[in-house]
Amino acid sequence: MKEKMRYAASPPANQEPMKLRKNVAVSEAGLLFNPVTGESFSVNPIGVEILKLIREDRSVDQISETILEKYNIDKTTFEKDYHDFVGILYNHNLIETNEETND
Amino acid sequence: MIKMRYERPVIKKLENGMPNKFGTRMDYEPMTHIDGHSVAKLIREYGSPLFVISEKNIRSMVKKARRAFETRYPKVQFAWSYKTNYVNAICNIFHQEGSWAEVVSGFEYDKAVSLGVDGRKIIFNGPNKSESDLTKAINNDSLIHIDHLDELYTITELADTLKKRPRVAVRVNMDTGVYPMWDRFGFNYENGQAWDALNKIMHSGKMELVGLHCHIGTFMLSPQAYGVAATKLAELALSVEQKFKHEIKYIDLGGGFASKNTLKGSYLPGTDTNPSFNDFAEAISTALLNSNFQKDRLPLLILETGRALIDEAAYLLGTVISNKRSSTGRRNTILDIGVNILFTSFWYDHKITPAQPFTQYTEDTCVYGPLCMNIDVIRESTSLPLLNKGDHVVIHSVGAYNMTQWMQFITLRPNIVLIDMDEKLHLIREKESIADINGKERIPEHLRKING
Amino acid sequence: MKKRTINIAVTALNAIDSPGPGVSVIRALREAASFDVRIIGLAYESLEPGIYMHDLVDRTYSIPYPSSGIDALMSRLEYIHEKENIDVIIPNFDAELFPFIKLESRLRNLGIHMFLPTLRQFEEREKVNLNDFGKKYGISVPKSKVIYDLNTVYSLLSEFSFPLLVKGKFYDASIAYNIEQIKNYFNKISAKWGLPIIIQEFIHGTEFNVTGLGDGKGNTIAAVPMRKQYITDKGKAWGGITIADQRMLEMTRTFLRNTKWRGGFELELMKNKDGVIYLLEINPRLPAWIYLAVGVGQNIPEALVNLALGEKVAPFATYEVGKMFIRYSWDMIVDREEFEQISMFGEL
Repeated sequence: MKEKMRYAASPPANQEPMKLRKNVAVSEAGLLFNPVTGESFSVNPIGVEILKLIREDRSVDQISETILEKYNIDKTTFEKDYHDFVGILYNHNLIETNEETND
Repeated sequence: MIKMRYERPVIKKLENGMPNKFGTRMDYEPMTHIDGHSVAKLIREYGSPLFVISEKNIRSMVKKARRAFETRYPKVQFAWSYKTNYVNAICNIFHQEGSWAEVVSGFEYDKAVSLGVDGRKIIFNGPNKSESDLTKAINNDSLIHIDHLDELYTITELADTLKKRPRVAVRVNMDTGVYPMWDRFGFNYENGQAWDALNKIMHSGKMELVGLHCHIGTFMLSPQAYGVAATKLAELALSVEQKFKHEIKYIDLGGGFASKNTLKGSYLPGTDTNPSFNDFAEAISTALLNSNFQKDRLPLLILETGRALIDEAAYLLGTVISNKRSSTGRRNTILDIGVNILFTSFWYDHKITPAQPFTQYTEDTCVYGPLCMNIDVIRESTSLPLLNKGDHVVIHSVGAYNMTQWMQFITLRPNIVLIDMDEKLHLIREKESIADINGKERIPEHLRKING
Repeated sequence: MKKRTINIAVTALNAIDSPGPGVSVIRALREAASFDVRIIGLAYESLEPGIYMHDLVDRTYSIPYPSSGIDALMSRLEYIHEKENIDVIIPNFDAELFPFIKLESRLRNLGIHMFLPTLRQFEEREKVNLNDFGKKYGISVPKSKVIYDLNTVYSLLSEFSFPLLVKGKFYDASIAYNIEQIKNYFNKISAKWGLPIIIQEFIHGTEFNVTGLGDGKGNTIAAVPMRKQYITDKGKAWGGITIADQRMLEMTRTFLRNTKWRGGFELELMKNKDGVIYLLEINPRLPAWIYLAVGVGQNIPEALVNLALGEKVAPFATYEVGKMFIRYSWDMIVDREEFEQISMFGEL
């Protein structure tokens, strides 16, 4: 049975640029493994692109610029989808939180 | 430089029971065209939402149904069930294909007459026929299917006043082994009510008893139940013949054949499990041929099937208004199609197909309509590709009941277009305007001014 | 002489605590005397243990759930067939039999064989039809009534005595000792599996199972009766022993002769204290304990494959009585990459 996912409305806004957890592995084919929780995920190609940009410490504006250049989409829609995506990353515990970075 | 088609980023946890992209391939072919017409262009020209009906599909379904019955039984007549879809152009397709009209109200009766249907080919069913409705029907020699004793007495009186011999049939309800048993319409077979009514008609001598009618239920998945019904009606007809030396001309088995839609709560899809016309035809004709009618005195078999003939011919096109997440993180998609125009989403899991190409990535989605009401849900949970705001979708098999049971709640009803046999487009019902609604209203003098 | 190799696709690789028969069927096929096999696993979920048993299963493909419709299933099977050249498919789940029966002729056109009951046989033996089935074929079944409405419960009381069974259309059964419990179970079970609900006479006694194979012409090709010795809290046999009960074998032969059953099956039987044997249920497929039949001399899956391929199969004459099976579970060590591979790409 599927467990209901707990969902936080949005990640803290001041987390920029945010960091993907160090030991999270993302493959070209879109497989992501979180060794801390033991969970595997599938990510679509545009998601993989965004994860790579996050890894490279790009800001939202930089990421948005890269995606808008390549894909047929407006800035508002993309940024809405981006924040939604990042929200899910938070929920799956894939983003480092403040306390941990300060440790 | 041409930019790539955008898809929103998604991440999905791999779970044991998760269908992967290979698991559900067939569900995910986009439907970009209907009978040669681009969905995007149809929406551009006629607005969204939009009903699109395929004349090809209707005519081919009618042929299929006729072939199923006519190859098995010598005398078959279809009657178009107006309540299923009474858009004039649609009714006329059925009439051109040889169907009579089956109506259940004075309004529908007038509609059939206004389309030029011969009064003798209108079957008048239903529990509410007013005296003026009955007068019209008697004067036109229509086939009146009597629902209750009060109606029987009214017709007896009208026969005297109008000095006519009304042509009547008796609606019979019965136990055919299916649940729920429809016993609210007509006279019961098992407890003898039906036999009583037949005797009253024959003894009055004022009416011409031409047929027997039943309608055992709706969205029937058991062809055998029709076999039981046909056997019981045949027994009644033969009893009348024996006692009164009077021949019953027709047996009308009503409608209720299931379409290929999937009922909510069924595990297997309707396209796989629901019986075909051949299955229904086999059960009914076997029962009639095996009964004790003499070979040259078989009654005419009348069928009033509606849903199974029209459901698959119609599509409802719509547009994504927004994607949201619920408090639990579930994907919610809002369409501009609400339950006010897609009433059948209360009992079917309608198939929804995007109208533009997409990738194999999907999300479990709850599909909402645009009404400001909690019950406005098109699909509680379905796996959909990643739709963007403004993308189009096609909802399948919406031809039955939606264009008659629709409501004008907080908005206006959309256009209906027909694609004809040559793939030409026709607007067959124009979308409503605010004038259509306001024009019927009257504001009392003292309520006219609202500012000082 | 070298034996020919047959490519056989098998479903129900879920060898878990309420196990599917797939892995046992595969073990039987690997021991077949008349052919060698290449086994193609067909999986619905990515944690079905059989997927990871590489000494038993050569390659696994995921297939769509029956709820996606037969066209989706057909198109997936066509793809797999292109790669694997399947000769025979053995479906082992109740819920997938309907789509596979519907696809039988389309698959045969591709050269893929199955040996399944006909749609009529499949539907006749459904729980809601058990009473009629017993009457029609002269087999004693517990008295049962199908109800749609709680109000009809009161009228049943003159026909049944407590305790009685309240059963769902597909799954679930509870014992009720009074009318309040009937109502309670009626609501619970109908909420989960829908209507109708079956009210059934409760037979006190000992549970037995018979597995076997019918050739579709009324002949008994195989039949092995077993008494359950250890039953899990899910009602599954965790241990059992073959027995020589002529009346159970006779009942099985009557069932096959009168229905002309085609394919594998399992009969669930109950013998009461007076020695009367009742047929409780007919499962239209091989059971998870099928390997016991192989162990006592009747390789039923092998015979089923030969029948599917249109070959003559002589009925098994004997089996060893008093042999037991004792089930055990086993922890495999699996690389995460394998799980990801089957989950994402549907092939392993």
